[in-house]
Amino acid sequence: MKHHLRVAILMTLVTTVLFGLLYPLAVTGLGQLFFPAQANGGMIVQHGQVVGSRLIGQPFSAAWYFHPRPSGAGSGYDPVAPSGGASNLGPTNRQLLDRVKGDVEKLHAENPGAAIPVDLVATSGSGLDPEISPAAAEFQIPRVARERHMSETDLRGLVRNHTLGRQFGLFGEPRVNVVELNIDLDLSHPRQ
Amino acid sequence: MTANGWFQIGLYLLVLFLITKPIGIFLSRVFERQKTFLDFVLRPVERLIYRLCGVDENKEMRWQEYGATMLIFSAVSLILLYLFERLQLWMPWNPQRLANVAPDLAWNTAVSFTTNTNWQAYTPETTMSYLTQMAGLAYHNFASAAVGIALAIAVIRGVSRHASKTIGNFWVDLTRCFLWVLLPVCLVGSLVLVSEGVVQTLKPYTTAQLVEPQTVETQGPDGKAASQTVTRQVIAVGPTASQEVIKMFGTNGGGFFYANSAHPYENPTPFTNFFEMILIFAIPSGLTYTLGRMTKSQGHGWAVWGAMTALFLVGVTAAYWAEARGNPELAGVDQRASALHSGGNMEGKEVRFGIANSALFATVTTDASCGAVNSMHDSYTPLGGMVPLVNIMLGEVIFGGVGSGLYGILVFVILAVFIAGLMVGRTPEYLGKKIEAFDVKMAMLSVLISSLTILVFAAIAVVAKFGTSSISNPGPHGLSQILYAYTSSVGNNGSAFGGLNANTLWYNTSTAIAMLLGRFFVVIPILAIAGNLARKKMTPASLGTFPVTGPLFTILLICTILIVGALTFFPALSLGPILEHLLMLSGKAF
Repeated sequence: MKHHLRVAILMTLVTTVLFGLLYPLAVTGLGQLFFPAQANGGMIVQHGQVVGSRLIGQPFSAAWYFHPRPSGAGSGYDPVAPSGGASNLGPTNRQLLDRVKGDVEKLHAENPGAAIPVDLVATSGSGLDPEISPAAAEFQIPRVARERHMSETDLRGLVRNHTLGRQFGLFGEPRVNVVELNIDLDLSHPRQ
Repeated sequence: MTANGWFQIGLYLLVLFLITKPIGIFLSRVFERQKTFLDFVLRPVERLIYRLCGVDENKEMRWQEYGATMLIFSAVSLILLYLFERLQLWMPWNPQRLANVAPDLAWNTAVSFTTNTNWQAYTPETTMSYLTQMAGLAYHNFASAAVGIALAIAVIRGVSRHASKTIGNFWVDLTRCFLWVLLPVCLVGSLVLVSEGVVQTLKPYTTAQLVEPQTVETQGPDGKAASQTVTRQVIAVGPTASQEVIKMFGTNGGGFFYANSAHPYENPTPFTNFFEMILIFAIPSGLTYTLGRMTKSQGHGWAVWGAMTALFLVGVTAAYWAEARGNPELAGVDQRASALHSGGNMEGKEVRFGIANSALFATVTTDASCGAVNSMHDSYTPLGGMVPLVNIMLGEVIFGGVGSGLYGILVFVILAVFIAGLMVGRTPEYLGKKIEAFDVKMAMLSVLISSLTILVFAAIAVVAKFGTSSISNPGPHGLSQILYAYTSSVGNNGSAFGGLNANTLWYNTSTAIAMLLGRFFVVIPILAIAGNLARKKMTPASLGTFPVTGPLFTILLICTILIVGALTFFPALSLGPILEHLLMLSGKAF
């Protein structure tokens, strides 16, 4: 048994150096060499300043921006919120039902008559979802077009440019990246 | 439910089927020490490791020695992880200057990663340094996976050998698994993930200036409401891809970030999602083929695969159906799927995955004892959330964890053969070995330890203040939260109904005990069976032998798994998710 204890200690040390240090450092080196943009988080840089990541959602509340999904991450889209980003509310929890009811009333006032797509009133698991469904973007087009003095047709075209279909035509669901769309809106149709 | 959703699920099953045989053949070649195409690089490394550690690669072990060395290795590596966590402030690669981890949480996490559970009672972004994540947590993703696979191979040897005292050498199985099985896939797979957007860097967190600064209501130190302007977003990054790939391939499931595979930096695209789900089932599925190959009964391997696949399909269908129907209590919300959105119960789910890929991921991750999540199970509909719970309760044998799934289902195989023997009134046989009282006792012991631990701990937690005060979703859902916590710990799964506040002294201590019992007290009886079977002489098959191949055996195996699981857990389930479902339909809220 003493022999095995010695082997166990040595084996732990040797494999920790190999798999706990050399392996992740090698992957870091190769990743930074071949895919530097992705390996560093897909940051969006404007005038030398990082303004966000194309993969991490941001809060938007002004009427002239497309709004993301509600977020449970801190005060909203906080990637370092101490208790994570999910609401973790169960389906029969009154807090969930009240929150959705409040959001539905607000959205209904903004675009009466239109059906409210569920993702617009449901928080994501990460609290950082940068995307909304095409239906949720369509729901907001009248408001944003009005605020930006654009025609709905022009805006719809812009939204289509930021709509991703299923990956390779197969995987996942169609979606619209809110961060990239709003940044593009500010560049191409700044508010007067 | 949509046609495309079903198509994606079907495609997943097809790819899984296609990789099962090649992986199975490769695994058996690695562990029978035959030639492989990687020998020219890996063989010198292997020899070097044996020389450094003092391992005699030609010495075989009896089951007792095999089990003892496995326990010693697990204990030593557990202590090293504990030290990494407790001393991280004074070690390198801690750019955020994160404090040393508190003792009860550090202990719980060390046990969790050593047992391949990866239950996480902490928020990694604000708790674990890069060094702890790489050399502590990600290392254990490799080590605990290699231990599990080694054990499964030892058990298969026990079944296939006859009149033999030994079942292999633990150190050799461990090393070959590290080098031949885990390393190549992880090196390639991690770069695939980086190319799609998974981060891999040692730099500190990035600070971004928000496009639109936000005014938020906060509570001041005096408890009064105050408003505050948020202009920046601190974006957590780190060496993620290297951990992400082994987290899946080793069915570990511990997220680099709190949101796990829901986080855009762990699982940025639908393709990475598909790739990660394939990684989860790859080894457990391949091992069924290895079982057939090493026992020279390929039909048996496929019969076991068939039982696993059937149970998997039932689970994914139920979860997809329940989640696509949505939550009837949400009034005025459009939950019907269309070309423009996936509809359904989207609380806790990402838009890029929608309902089909969330339900599929939840089923896969709980069938295998992985526990990674790409959506929050706590926010599932009652029946949708019951699917992951039941999957784990059935013993993590629907493909199961790497290695543990295979040795777990062999327990049920032995019970199935035993029941069949009782029905026809003959001594049960399994692949030419007589199954006797000792084997059945040990099989029952490992089944009973799991269910007893789950139910006793859950029972204590639901009647005590220290248990119920952690509940975040009141009503029957609270029982589901507690039940899920212990089921996940004992099953070494690691997923959670995440609203439950698990970072308390009671939950940190009790789930750690549950994880240890669920891993080591379950596998020791199984190793005993393996050692006992290896010793036995071969009995040639006769007309009275119940065949362990073909659909009849598959059905019998499924029934055994379901009867054991249903009889044990149905009462608890009926008071949790089933009751909540009925109350939800009648419009109740808590």
